[in-house]
Amino acid sequence: MKGIRRWGPSLLFVAPSIILVGVFVYGFIGRTVVESFSHVVTRSGRTRAPGGFGNYAQLIGDSRYQHALWNLLVLTVVFVAGTMIFGLLWALLLERGVNGEGVFRSIFLFPMAVSFVAAGVVWRWLLSPAQGENAVGLNKLLQYMGLSQLQSSWWSAGRFNMAAMAIPAVWQLSGYIMALFLSGFRGISTDQREAARVDGATELQLYRYVLFPQLSPIALSALIIVGHMSMKMFDLIYSIAGPNSYTAEVPATLMWAQMFQLNDATAAAVNATLLLIIVAVLVVPYLIYTNRSEKG
Amino acid sequence: MSTTMTAPATIAMAPRRRRRRSRSEKSLTALQYLLLVFFAVIVLTPLYLLLVTSFKSPAAFSQSTAWFVPNSFSVDGWAKAWDRLAPALGRSLLMASIASVVSSFLGSLNGYVFAKWKFPGSHLVFVLFLFGMFIPYQAIMIPLQAMMLQVQAHAPWFQGIPVLILCHIVYGIPICTLIFRNYYATAVPNEIVEAARVDGAGAFATYSRVVLPVSLPGFVVTLIWQFTSAWNDFLFALFLTTPNNGPVTYALQALAGGQNPDYPSIMAGVLVASLPTLVVYIALGKYFVSGLMSGSVK
Repeated sequence: MKGIRRWGPSLLFVAPSIILVGVFVYGFIGRTVVESFSHVVTRSGRTRAPGGFGNYAQLIGDSRYQHALWNLLVLTVVFVAGTMIFGLLWALLLERGVNGEGVFRSIFLFPMAVSFVAAGVVWRWLLSPAQGENAVGLNKLLQYMGLSQLQSSWWSAGRFNMAAMAIPAVWQLSGYIMALFLSGFRGISTDQREAARVDGATELQLYRYVLFPQLSPIALSALIIVGHMSMKMFDLIYSIAGPNSYTAEVPATLMWAQMFQLNDATAAAVNATLLLIIVAVLVVPYLIYTNRSEKG
Repeated sequence: MSTTMTAPATIAMAPRRRRRRSRSEKSLTALQYLLLVFFAVIVLTPLYLLLVTSFKSPAAFSQSTAWFVPNSFSVDGWAKAWDRLAPALGRSLLMASIASVVSSFLGSLNGYVFAKWKFPGSHLVFVLFLFGMFIPYQAIMIPLQAMMLQVQAHAPWFQGIPVLILCHIVYGIPICTLIFRNYYATAVPNEIVEAARVDGAGAFATYSRVVLPVSLPGFVVTLIWQFTSAWNDFLFALFLTTPNNGPVTYALQALAGGQNPDYPSIMAGVLVASLPTLVVYIALGKYFVSGLMSGSVK
Protein backbone atom coordinates (compact mmCIF):
# COMPACT_ATOMS: atom_id res chain seq x y z
CA MET A 1 0.00 0.00 0.00
CA LYS A 2 2.79 2.33 0.97
CA GLY A 3 4.47 1.57 -2.34
CA ILE A 4 1.41 2.62 -4.33
CA ARG A 5 1.16 5.82 -2.29
CA ARG A 6 4.77 6.54 -3.04
CA TRP A 7 5.02 5.54 -6.69
CA GLY A 8 1.44 6.10 -7.75
CA PRO A 9 1.64 9.84 -8.44
CA SER A 10 4.87 9.56 -10.39
CA LEU A 11 3.39 6.76 -12.47
CA LEU A 12 0.44 9.05 -13.14
CA PHE A 13 2.86 11.70 -14.43
CA VAL A 14 4.36 9.41 -17.02
CA ALA A 15 1.18 7.47 -17.82
CA PRO A 16 0.13 9.72 -20.75
CA SER A 17 3.57 9.39 -22.33
CA ILE A 18 3.74 5.66 -21.68
CA ILE A 19 0.38 5.22 -23.41
CA LEU A 20 1.33 7.45 -26.35
CA VAL A 21 4.77 5.90 -26.86
CA GLY A 22 3.32 2.44 -26.23
CA VAL A 23 0.69 2.82 -28.93
CA PHE A 24 2.46 5.03 -31.45
CA VAL A 25 5.88 3.43 -31.25
CA TYR A 26 5.61 -0.14 -30.02
CA GLY A 27 2.01 -0.84 -31.01
CA PHE A 28 2.57 0.45 -34.52
CA ILE A 29 5.85 -1.43 -34.89
CA GLY A 30 3.92 -4.55 -33.92
CA ARG A 31 1.28 -3.86 -36.56
CA THR A 32 3.94 -3.25 -39.19
CA VAL A 33 5.57 -6.57 -38.35
CA VAL A 34 2.20 -8.36 -38.53
CA GLU A 35 1.50 -6.69 -41.88
CA SER A 36 4.90 -7.80 -43.15
CA PHE A 37 3.95 -11.47 -42.66
CA SER A 38 0.58 -11.30 -44.37
CA HIS A 39 -0.46 -13.42 -47.33
CA VAL A 40 -1.72 -11.35 -50.24
CA VAL A 41 -3.47 -12.52 -53.40
CA THR A 42 -4.34 -9.90 -56.01
CA ARG A 43 -7.81 -9.70 -57.56
CA SER A 44 -6.50 -11.38 -60.68
CA GLY A 45 -5.53 -14.37 -58.55
CA ARG A 46 -1.77 -13.82 -58.55
CA THR A 47 0.01 -14.44 -55.25
CA ARG A 48 1.63 -11.12 -54.49
CA ALA A 49 3.00 -12.06 -51.09
CA PRO A 50 3.41 -15.73 -50.15
CA GLY A 51 3.09 -14.87 -46.46
CA GLY A 52 5.35 -15.44 -43.45
CA PHE A 53 9.08 -15.31 -43.95
CA GLY A 54 8.48 -15.96 -47.62
CA ASN A 55 7.72 -12.24 -47.90
CA TYR A 56 11.16 -11.48 -46.53
CA ALA A 57 12.83 -13.93 -48.90
CA GLN A 58 10.95 -12.31 -51.76
CA LEU A 59 12.10 -8.79 -50.93
CA ILE A 60 15.69 -9.75 -50.12
CA GLY A 61 15.88 -11.64 -53.41
CA ASP A 62 14.56 -8.65 -55.33
CA SER A 63 17.32 -6.95 -57.32
CA ARG A 64 15.69 -3.55 -56.79
CA TYR A 65 15.97 -3.98 -53.02
CA GLN A 66 19.56 -5.20 -53.29
CA HIS A 67 20.37 -2.14 -55.35
CA ALA A 68 18.80 0.07 -52.65
CA LEU A 69 20.84 -1.70 -49.96
CA TRP A 70 24.04 -1.18 -51.93
CA ASN A 71 23.19 2.51 -52.30
CA LEU A 72 22.59 2.74 -48.57
CA LEU A 73 25.94 1.13 -47.84
CA VAL A 74 27.84 3.57 -50.09
CA LEU A 75 25.91 6.53 -48.71
CA THR A 76 26.50 5.50 -45.11
CA VAL A 77 30.23 4.87 -45.49
CA VAL A 78 30.88 8.23 -47.16
CA PHE A 79 28.46 10.15 -44.96
CA VAL A 80 29.87 8.75 -41.70
CA ALA A 81 33.50 9.05 -42.78
CA GLY A 82 32.96 12.57 -44.14
CA THR A 83 31.21 13.99 -41.09
CA MET A 84 33.68 12.38 -38.70
CA ILE A 85 36.71 13.66 -40.62
CA PHE A 86 35.46 17.23 -41.10
CA GLY A 87 33.87 17.36 -37.66
CA LEU A 88 37.07 16.31 -35.95
CA LEU A 89 39.26 18.49 -38.17
CA TRP A 90 37.18 21.61 -37.50
CA ALA A 91 37.08 20.86 -33.79
CA LEU A 92 40.88 20.47 -33.78
CA LEU A 93 41.28 23.77 -35.64
CA LEU A 94 39.06 25.55 -33.12
CA GLU A 95 39.74 23.82 -29.85
CA ARG A 96 42.86 25.72 -28.82
CA GLY A 97 41.06 28.98 -29.23
CA VAL A 98 41.31 31.31 -32.22
CA ASN A 99 40.09 34.84 -32.78
CA GLY A 100 36.59 34.81 -34.14
CA GLU A 101 35.93 31.31 -32.87
CA GLY A 102 32.24 32.08 -32.41
CA VAL A 103 31.92 33.21 -36.02
CA PHE A 104 33.57 30.09 -37.41
CA ARG A 105 31.49 27.88 -35.12
CA SER A 106 28.28 29.52 -36.31
CA ILE A 107 29.28 29.20 -39.95
CA PHE A 108 30.07 25.51 -39.60
CA LEU A 109 26.86 24.88 -37.68
CA PHE A 110 24.37 26.89 -39.71
CA PRO A 111 23.56 24.17 -42.30
CA MET A 112 22.21 22.14 -39.38
CA ALA A 113 19.41 24.68 -38.85
CA VAL A 114 18.22 24.31 -42.44
CA SER A 115 15.78 21.54 -43.33
CA PHE A 116 16.93 18.68 -45.53
CA VAL A 117 14.23 19.66 -48.01
CA ALA A 118 15.43 23.25 -48.32
CA ALA A 119 19.05 22.12 -48.56
CA GLY A 120 18.06 19.50 -51.10
CA VAL A 121 16.52 22.13 -53.38
CA VAL A 122 19.84 23.97 -53.57
CA TRP A 123 21.97 20.86 -53.85
CA ARG A 124 19.82 19.41 -56.61
CA TRP A 125 20.93 22.36 -58.68
CA LEU A 126 24.54 22.31 -57.44
CA LEU A 127 24.85 18.62 -58.32
CA SER A 128 23.46 18.94 -61.84
CA PRO A 129 25.05 16.26 -64.00
CA ALA A 130 25.50 18.36 -67.17
CA GLN A 131 29.14 18.91 -68.13
CA GLY A 132 31.13 20.90 -70.66
CA GLU A 133 29.23 23.68 -72.38
CA ASN A 134 25.93 22.94 -70.66
CA ALA A 135 27.46 22.68 -67.22
CA VAL A 136 25.69 24.38 -64.34
CA GLY A 137 26.13 24.27 -60.59
CA LEU A 138 29.29 22.73 -59.19
CA ASN A 139 30.49 21.54 -62.59
CA LYS A 140 30.38 25.13 -63.84
CA LEU A 141 32.18 26.33 -60.73
CA LEU A 142 34.90 23.73 -61.30
CA GLN A 143 35.32 25.08 -64.83
CA TYR A 144 35.76 28.60 -63.51
CA MET A 145 38.46 27.32 -61.19
CA GLY A 146 40.26 25.54 -64.00
CA LEU A 147 39.41 22.13 -62.60
CA SER A 148 37.31 20.93 -65.53
CA GLN A 149 38.65 17.40 -65.24
CA LEU A 150 36.97 17.13 -61.83
CA GLN A 151 33.50 17.55 -63.33
CA SER A 152 31.23 14.70 -62.44
CA SER A 153 27.78 13.34 -63.13
CA TRP A 154 27.50 13.27 -59.30
CA TRP A 155 24.68 11.09 -58.03
CA SER A 156 23.09 10.56 -61.45
CA ALA A 157 25.26 7.72 -62.69
CA GLY A 158 27.87 5.19 -61.67
CA ARG A 159 28.16 2.33 -59.24
CA PHE A 160 29.29 4.62 -56.43
CA ASN A 161 26.88 7.43 -57.27
CA MET A 162 25.58 7.63 -53.72
CA ALA A 163 28.97 8.93 -52.60
CA ALA A 164 27.91 12.20 -54.27
CA MET A 165 24.57 12.12 -52.46
CA ALA A 166 26.55 12.07 -49.24
CA ILE A 167 28.14 15.45 -50.05
CA PRO A 168 25.11 17.58 -49.05
CA ALA A 169 24.58 15.35 -46.01
CA VAL A 170 28.18 15.90 -44.94
CA TRP A 171 27.70 19.64 -45.52
CA GLN A 172 24.68 19.63 -43.22
CA LEU A 173 25.98 17.54 -40.32
CA SER A 174 29.75 18.01 -40.04
CA GLY A 175 29.15 21.08 -37.90
CA TYR A 176 27.11 19.01 -35.48
CA ILE A 177 29.94 16.51 -35.08
CA MET A 178 32.37 19.43 -34.68
CA ALA A 179 30.21 20.78 -31.84
CA LEU A 180 30.22 17.38 -30.15
CA PHE A 181 34.00 17.03 -30.35
CA LEU A 182 34.52 20.64 -29.33
CA SER A 183 32.49 20.18 -26.18
CA GLY A 184 34.53 17.04 -25.55
CA PHE A 185 37.83 18.90 -25.84
CA ARG A 186 36.58 21.69 -23.60
CA GLY A 187 35.43 19.16 -21.02
CA ILE A 188 39.02 18.01 -20.45
CA SER A 189 40.66 20.06 -17.74
CA THR A 190 43.61 22.26 -18.65
CA ASP A 191 45.56 20.71 -15.79
CA GLN A 192 45.89 17.50 -17.76
CA ARG A 193 47.40 19.32 -20.71
CA GLU A 194 49.81 21.23 -18.48
CA ALA A 195 50.78 18.04 -16.67
CA ALA A 196 51.52 16.28 -19.96
CA ARG A 197 53.58 19.27 -21.15
CA VAL A 198 55.53 19.39 -17.90
CA ASP A 199 56.27 15.70 -18.35
CA GLY A 200 57.82 16.61 -21.70
CA ALA A 201 55.10 15.32 -24.02
CA THR A 202 55.09 16.80 -27.51
CA GLU A 203 51.85 18.28 -28.83
CA LEU A 204 51.39 15.17 -30.96
CA GLN A 205 51.82 12.88 -27.96
CA LEU A 206 49.49 15.07 -25.96
CA TYR A 207 46.70 14.47 -28.48
CA ARG A 208 47.55 10.84 -29.09
CA TYR A 209 47.82 9.70 -25.46
CA VAL A 210 45.93 12.25 -23.37
CA LEU A 211 43.16 13.95 -25.34
CA PHE A 212 41.96 11.46 -27.98
CA PRO A 213 41.41 8.54 -25.59
CA GLN A 214 39.05 10.72 -23.55
CA LEU A 215 37.07 11.60 -26.66
CA SER A 216 36.27 8.03 -27.62
CA PRO A 217 32.83 8.01 -25.89
CA ILE A 218 31.91 11.13 -27.89
CA ALA A 219 33.26 9.59 -31.07
CA LEU A 220 31.08 6.54 -30.41
CA SER A 221 27.89 8.53 -29.95
CA ALA A 222 28.74 10.67 -32.98
CA LEU A 223 29.13 7.46 -34.97
CA ILE A 224 25.76 6.15 -33.79
CA ILE A 225 24.00 9.44 -34.46
CA VAL A 226 25.31 9.85 -37.99
CA GLY A 227 25.02 6.15 -38.77
CA HIS A 228 21.38 5.89 -37.82
CA MET A 229 20.57 9.19 -39.56
CA SER A 230 22.06 7.81 -42.73
CA MET A 231 19.87 4.72 -42.57
CA LYS A 232 16.76 6.86 -42.07
CA MET A 233 17.71 9.41 -44.69
CA PHE A 234 14.70 10.20 -46.83
CA ASP A 235 14.02 13.94 -47.13
CA LEU A 236 17.33 14.84 -48.74
CA ILE A 237 17.23 12.05 -51.33
CA TYR A 238 13.59 12.72 -52.15
CA SER A 239 14.32 16.40 -52.53
CA ILE A 240 17.44 15.99 -54.68
CA ALA A 241 16.58 12.99 -56.82
CA GLY A 242 12.79 13.32 -56.91
CA PRO A 243 10.16 10.81 -55.85
CA ASN A 244 10.86 8.05 -58.37
CA SER A 245 14.59 7.88 -58.76
CA TYR A 246 15.80 4.29 -59.09
CA THR A 247 19.38 5.53 -59.37
CA ALA A 248 19.38 7.15 -55.94
CA GLU A 249 17.04 4.69 -54.26
CA VAL A 250 17.66 3.53 -50.69
CA PRO A 251 15.33 1.35 -48.56
CA ALA A 252 13.73 4.42 -46.96
CA THR A 253 12.74 5.93 -50.33
CA LEU A 254 11.88 2.52 -51.79
CA MET A 255 9.37 2.11 -48.97
CA TRP A 256 7.58 5.25 -50.18
CA ALA A 257 7.51 3.93 -53.76
CA GLN A 258 6.17 0.58 -52.52
CA MET A 259 3.38 2.35 -50.67
CA PHE A 260 2.26 4.90 -53.23
CA GLN A 261 3.46 3.69 -56.62
CA LEU A 262 3.34 -0.07 -56.33
CA ASN A 263 0.45 0.00 -53.82
CA ASP A 264 2.09 -2.90 -52.05
CA ALA A 265 1.76 -2.23 -48.33
CA THR A 266 3.04 -5.71 -47.45
CA ALA A 267 6.34 -5.25 -49.27
CA ALA A 268 6.60 -1.79 -47.71
CA ALA A 269 6.08 -3.35 -44.28
CA VAL A 270 8.76 -5.97 -44.92
CA ASN A 271 11.14 -3.24 -46.05
CA ALA A 272 10.31 -1.07 -43.02
CA THR A 273 10.76 -3.99 -40.62
CA LEU A 274 14.15 -4.83 -42.11
CA LEU A 275 15.16 -1.18 -41.83
CA LEU A 276 14.12 -1.17 -38.19
CA ILE A 277 16.20 -4.30 -37.59
CA ILE A 278 19.23 -2.73 -39.29
CA VAL A 279 18.93 0.37 -37.11
CA ALA A 280 18.27 -1.70 -33.97
CA VAL A 281 21.41 -3.78 -34.55
CA LEU A 282 23.35 -0.52 -34.47
CA VAL A 283 21.51 1.25 -31.67
CA VAL A 284 20.38 -1.36 -29.13
CA PRO A 285 23.88 -2.50 -28.06
CA TYR A 286 24.80 1.17 -27.72
CA LEU A 287 21.75 1.97 -25.57
CA ILE A 288 22.36 -1.06 -23.35
CA TYR A 289 26.04 -0.23 -23.03
CA THR A 290 25.38 3.45 -22.27
CA ASN A 291 22.69 2.88 -19.72
CA ARG A 292 24.50 0.06 -17.99
CA SER A 293 27.71 1.98 -17.53
CA GLU A 294 25.78 5.03 -16.42
CA LYS A 295 24.17 3.14 -13.58
CA GLY A 296 27.49 1.81 -12.25
CA MET B 1 30.06 7.18 -20.94
CA SER B 2 28.53 9.77 -18.71
CA THR B 3 30.10 12.59 -20.71
CA THR B 4 27.66 12.09 -23.53
CA MET B 5 24.67 11.93 -21.25
CA THR B 6 25.36 15.03 -19.19
CA ALA B 7 22.94 17.89 -18.86
CA PRO B 8 22.91 20.69 -21.42
CA ALA B 9 26.17 22.53 -21.34
CA THR B 10 27.40 25.21 -23.65
CA ILE B 11 30.82 24.97 -25.20
CA ALA B 12 33.20 26.86 -22.98
CA MET B 13 35.56 29.25 -24.68
CA ALA B 14 39.17 28.19 -24.70
CA PRO B 15 41.25 29.76 -21.98
CA ARG B 16 43.61 32.44 -23.22
CA ARG B 17 47.11 31.15 -23.52
CA ARG B 18 49.93 33.29 -22.32
CA ARG B 19 52.89 31.21 -23.51
CA ARG B 20 55.22 32.87 -25.96
CA ARG B 21 54.84 31.51 -29.44
CA SER B 22 57.80 30.17 -31.37
CA ARG B 23 58.20 30.74 -35.10
CA SER B 24 56.96 27.29 -36.09
CA GLU B 25 53.98 27.83 -33.83
CA LYS B 26 53.25 31.11 -35.60
CA SER B 27 53.25 29.51 -39.01
CA LEU B 28 51.06 26.75 -37.62
CA THR B 29 48.60 29.40 -36.47
CA ALA B 30 48.63 30.99 -39.92
CA LEU B 31 47.88 27.61 -41.47
CA GLN B 32 45.12 27.14 -38.94
CA TYR B 33 43.41 30.38 -39.99
CA LEU B 34 43.95 29.62 -43.65
CA LEU B 35 42.21 26.27 -43.28
CA LEU B 36 39.38 27.74 -41.23
CA VAL B 37 38.69 30.45 -43.79
CA PHE B 38 38.94 27.90 -46.61
CA PHE B 39 36.35 25.61 -45.00
CA ALA B 40 34.13 28.53 -44.05
CA VAL B 41 34.05 29.64 -47.69
CA ILE B 42 33.10 26.12 -48.82
CA VAL B 43 30.34 25.82 -46.23
CA LEU B 44 28.95 29.23 -47.18
CA THR B 45 29.00 28.60 -50.95
CA PRO B 46 25.39 27.28 -51.16
CA LEU B 47 24.22 30.28 -49.12
CA TYR B 48 25.96 32.63 -51.54
CA LEU B 49 24.25 30.95 -54.47
CA LEU B 50 20.87 31.20 -52.72
CA LEU B 51 21.29 34.90 -52.03
CA VAL B 52 22.51 35.99 -55.46
CA THR B 53 19.91 33.91 -57.29
CA SER B 54 17.01 35.06 -55.11
CA PHE B 55 17.69 38.70 -56.01
CA LYS B 56 17.80 38.17 -59.77
CA SER B 57 14.83 38.97 -61.93
CA PRO B 58 13.00 35.73 -62.89
CA ALA B 59 12.84 36.91 -66.50
CA ALA B 60 16.54 37.69 -66.78
CA PHE B 61 17.82 34.63 -64.94
CA SER B 62 20.16 32.40 -66.87
CA GLN B 63 21.65 29.17 -65.58
CA SER B 64 24.96 29.86 -67.27
CA THR B 65 25.55 33.05 -65.27
CA ALA B 66 24.04 31.73 -62.05
CA TRP B 67 27.28 32.10 -60.10
CA PHE B 68 27.60 35.84 -60.83
CA VAL B 69 26.11 38.59 -58.74
CA PRO B 70 22.95 40.05 -60.27
CA ASN B 71 23.26 42.97 -62.71
CA SER B 72 20.14 44.55 -61.32
CA PHE B 73 18.46 43.72 -58.04
CA SER B 74 14.94 42.41 -58.20
CA VAL B 75 12.67 41.25 -55.39
CA ASP B 76 10.17 39.60 -57.74
CA GLY B 77 11.42 36.16 -56.74
CA TRP B 78 10.95 36.98 -53.07
CA ALA B 79 7.46 38.35 -53.70
CA LYS B 80 6.41 35.26 -55.61
CA ALA B 81 7.94 32.90 -53.06
CA TRP B 82 6.20 34.77 -50.25
CA ASP B 83 2.85 34.56 -52.03
CA ARG B 84 3.23 30.85 -52.59
CA LEU B 85 4.57 29.98 -49.14
CA ALA B 86 2.85 32.41 -46.77
CA PRO B 87 -0.18 30.20 -45.93
CA ALA B 88 2.07 27.19 -45.32
CA LEU B 89 4.42 29.33 -43.23
CA GLY B 90 1.50 30.18 -40.95
CA ARG B 91 0.54 26.52 -40.69
CA SER B 92 4.12 25.50 -39.88
CA LEU B 93 4.37 28.20 -37.24
CA LEU B 94 1.18 27.02 -35.55
CA MET B 95 2.17 23.37 -35.77
CA ALA B 96 5.75 23.75 -34.55
CA SER B 97 4.73 26.08 -31.69
CA ILE B 98 1.99 23.87 -30.27
CA ALA B 99 3.89 20.63 -30.79
CA SER B 100 7.04 21.95 -29.15
CA VAL B 101 5.21 23.36 -26.11
CA VAL B 102 3.22 20.20 -25.43
CA SER B 103 6.04 17.71 -25.95
CA SER B 104 8.35 19.88 -23.82
CA PHE B 105 5.81 19.83 -21.01
CA LEU B 106 5.38 16.05 -21.23
CA GLY B 107 9.16 15.70 -21.39
CA SER B 108 9.49 17.79 -18.26
CA LEU B 109 7.05 15.58 -16.33
CA ASN B 110 8.78 12.42 -17.53
CA GLY B 111 12.27 13.75 -16.96
CA TYR B 112 11.34 14.68 -13.40
CA VAL B 113 10.05 11.18 -12.67
CA PHE B 114 12.97 9.40 -14.34
CA ALA B 115 15.51 11.59 -12.55
CA LYS B 116 14.00 12.26 -9.15
CA TRP B 117 10.92 10.19 -8.36
CA LYS B 118 11.71 6.79 -9.81
CA PHE B 119 9.26 3.92 -9.62
CA PRO B 120 10.10 0.22 -9.92
CA GLY B 121 10.93 -0.43 -13.57
CA SER B 122 11.30 3.24 -14.43
CA HIS B 123 14.78 2.69 -15.81
CA LEU B 124 13.49 0.11 -18.27
CA VAL B 125 10.67 2.43 -19.33
CA PHE B 126 13.23 5.19 -19.84
CA VAL B 127 15.39 3.02 -22.08
CA LEU B 128 12.30 1.96 -24.06
CA PHE B 129 11.49 5.65 -24.53
CA LEU B 130 15.04 6.29 -25.74
CA PHE B 131 14.77 3.61 -28.38
CA GLY B 132 11.72 5.47 -29.71
CA MET B 133 14.07 8.29 -30.62
CA PHE B 134 16.13 6.15 -32.99
CA ILE B 135 13.45 4.22 -34.84
CA PRO B 136 13.13 4.81 -38.57
CA TYR B 137 9.66 6.32 -38.91
CA GLN B 138 9.04 4.08 -41.90
CA ALA B 139 8.47 1.33 -39.35
CA ILE B 140 5.38 3.06 -37.92
CA MET B 141 4.16 4.93 -40.97
CA ILE B 142 1.78 2.33 -42.44
CA PRO B 143 -0.33 1.79 -39.29
CA LEU B 144 -0.10 5.49 -38.47
CA GLN B 145 -1.52 6.45 -41.82
CA ALA B 146 -4.24 3.80 -41.52
CA MET B 147 -5.20 5.06 -38.06
CA MET B 148 -5.37 8.66 -39.26
CA LEU B 149 -7.68 7.64 -42.11
CA GLN B 150 -9.92 5.82 -39.64
CA VAL B 151 -10.07 8.84 -37.36
CA GLN B 152 -10.77 11.14 -40.30
CA ALA B 153 -13.77 9.01 -41.26
CA HIS B 154 -15.36 10.13 -37.97
CA ALA B 155 -13.73 13.53 -37.56
CA PRO B 156 -13.23 15.13 -40.97
CA TRP B 157 -11.55 18.18 -39.44
CA PHE B 158 -8.68 16.00 -38.26
CA GLN B 159 -6.31 16.49 -41.16
CA GLY B 160 -3.26 18.48 -42.07
CA ILE B 161 -1.86 20.44 -39.19
CA PRO B 162 -3.73 18.77 -36.28
CA VAL B 163 -2.43 15.39 -37.47
CA LEU B 164 1.14 16.65 -37.62
CA ILE B 165 0.82 18.31 -34.21
CA LEU B 166 -0.15 14.96 -32.72
CA CYS B 167 2.75 13.18 -34.48
CA HIS B 168 5.38 15.69 -33.44
CA ILE B 169 4.14 15.66 -29.86
CA VAL B 170 4.26 11.88 -29.64
CA TYR B 171 7.55 11.32 -31.45
CA GLY B 172 9.12 14.27 -29.63
CA ILE B 173 8.47 12.75 -26.21
CA PRO B 174 11.66 10.62 -26.14
CA ILE B 175 14.15 13.41 -26.87
CA CYS B 176 12.40 15.88 -24.53
CA THR B 177 12.34 13.27 -21.78
CA LEU B 178 16.05 12.62 -22.23
CA ILE B 179 16.96 16.31 -22.17
CA PHE B 180 14.89 17.00 -19.04
CA ARG B 181 16.06 13.89 -17.23
CA ASN B 182 19.68 14.89 -17.78
CA TYR B 183 18.93 18.46 -16.84
CA TYR B 184 17.13 17.63 -13.60
CA ALA B 185 19.75 15.05 -12.65
CA THR B 186 22.31 17.84 -12.25
CA ALA B 187 20.22 20.99 -11.76
CA VAL B 188 17.98 19.75 -8.94
CA PRO B 189 19.87 18.38 -5.92
CA ASN B 190 18.44 15.16 -4.47
CA GLU B 191 18.53 16.75 -1.00
CA ILE B 192 15.91 19.33 -1.98
CA VAL B 193 13.56 16.68 -3.34
CA GLU B 194 14.14 14.59 -0.21
CA ALA B 195 13.51 17.59 2.02
CA ALA B 196 10.24 18.32 0.23
CA ARG B 197 9.29 14.70 0.60
CA VAL B 198 10.06 14.70 4.33
CA ASP B 199 7.93 17.83 4.69
CA GLY B 200 5.06 15.79 3.32
CA ALA B 201 5.01 17.16 -0.23
CA GLY B 202 3.80 14.62 -2.76
CA ALA B 203 5.17 14.07 -6.22
CA PHE B 204 2.97 16.77 -7.70
CA ALA B 205 3.66 19.42 -5.07
CA THR B 206 7.38 18.75 -5.35
CA TYR B 207 7.18 19.12 -9.10
CA SER B 208 5.16 22.32 -9.17
CA ARG B 209 6.90 24.08 -6.27
CA VAL B 210 10.48 22.83 -6.43
CA VAL B 211 11.23 21.48 -9.89
CA LEU B 212 9.12 23.52 -12.31
CA PRO B 213 10.40 26.92 -11.11
CA VAL B 214 13.97 25.98 -12.07
CA SER B 215 13.06 24.33 -15.37
CA LEU B 216 13.44 27.31 -17.68
CA PRO B 217 16.86 26.35 -19.11
CA GLY B 218 15.57 22.88 -19.90
CA PHE B 219 12.50 24.30 -21.58
CA VAL B 220 14.56 26.65 -23.72
CA VAL B 221 16.56 23.71 -25.01
CA THR B 222 13.63 21.39 -25.71
CA LEU B 223 11.52 24.18 -27.23
CA ILE B 224 14.25 25.12 -29.67
CA TRP B 225 15.05 21.51 -30.47
CA GLN B 226 11.42 20.50 -30.98
CA PHE B 227 10.51 23.64 -32.88
CA THR B 228 13.32 23.13 -35.39
CA SER B 229 12.70 19.43 -35.87
CA ALA B 230 8.93 19.90 -36.31
CA TRP B 231 9.55 22.82 -38.66
CA ASN B 232 12.09 20.90 -40.73
CA ASP B 233 10.14 17.65 -40.94
CA PHE B 234 9.15 16.40 -44.35
CA LEU B 235 8.48 12.68 -43.94
CA PHE B 236 5.33 12.97 -41.80
CA ALA B 237 4.13 15.83 -43.96
CA LEU B 238 4.50 13.80 -47.13
CA PHE B 239 2.72 10.73 -45.76
CA LEU B 240 -0.05 12.47 -43.85
CA THR B 241 -0.80 15.84 -45.50
CA THR B 242 -1.06 17.54 -48.90
CA PRO B 243 0.78 20.66 -50.15
CA ASN B 244 -2.46 22.58 -49.52
CA ASN B 245 -2.89 21.67 -45.86
CA GLY B 246 0.67 20.70 -44.99
CA PRO B 247 3.69 22.55 -43.61
CA VAL B 248 6.10 24.83 -45.43
CA THR B 249 8.58 22.07 -46.25
CA TYR B 250 5.90 20.38 -48.35
CA ALA B 251 4.87 23.66 -49.99
CA LEU B 252 8.51 24.41 -50.80
CA GLN B 253 8.92 20.97 -52.33
CA ALA B 254 5.86 21.67 -54.50
CA LEU B 255 7.21 25.10 -55.47
CA ALA B 256 10.58 23.64 -56.44
CA GLY B 257 9.18 20.67 -58.32
CA GLY B 258 7.51 22.54 -61.19
CA GLN B 259 8.16 21.81 -64.85
CA ASN B 260 9.86 25.11 -65.70
CA PRO B 261 11.83 25.92 -62.58
CA ASP B 262 11.79 29.59 -61.72
CA TYR B 263 15.10 29.65 -59.88
CA PRO B 264 14.95 33.13 -58.33
CA SER B 265 11.64 32.38 -56.63
CA ILE B 266 12.68 28.84 -55.71
CA MET B 267 15.87 30.06 -54.07
CA ALA B 268 14.00 32.88 -52.36
CA GLY B 269 11.53 30.22 -51.22
CA VAL B 270 14.33 28.17 -49.68
CA LEU B 271 15.39 31.24 -47.70
CA VAL B 272 11.82 32.10 -46.69
CA ALA B 273 11.16 28.54 -45.53
CA SER B 274 14.44 28.42 -43.59
CA LEU B 275 14.28 31.89 -42.09
CA PRO B 276 12.44 31.03 -38.85
CA THR B 277 14.86 28.26 -37.89
CA LEU B 278 17.82 30.39 -38.94
CA VAL B 279 16.53 33.28 -36.83
CA VAL B 280 15.95 30.97 -33.86
CA TYR B 281 19.43 29.64 -34.40
CA ILE B 282 21.13 33.02 -34.73
CA ALA B 283 19.24 34.63 -31.85
CA LEU B 284 19.45 31.64 -29.52
CA GLY B 285 22.48 29.91 -30.98
CA LYS B 286 24.04 29.31 -27.60
CA TYR B 287 21.01 27.32 -26.46
CA PHE B 288 20.73 25.61 -29.80
CA VAL B 289 24.21 24.26 -29.28
CA SER B 290 23.24 23.13 -25.78
CA GLY B 291 20.35 21.30 -27.38
CA LEU B 292 22.73 19.58 -29.72
CA MET B 293 24.96 18.60 -26.84
CA SER B 294 22.19 17.09 -24.80
CA GLY B 295 20.82 15.43 -27.87
CA SER B 296 24.14 13.75 -28.28
CA VAL B 297 22.78 10.40 -27.24
CA LYS B 298 20.29 10.74 -30.06
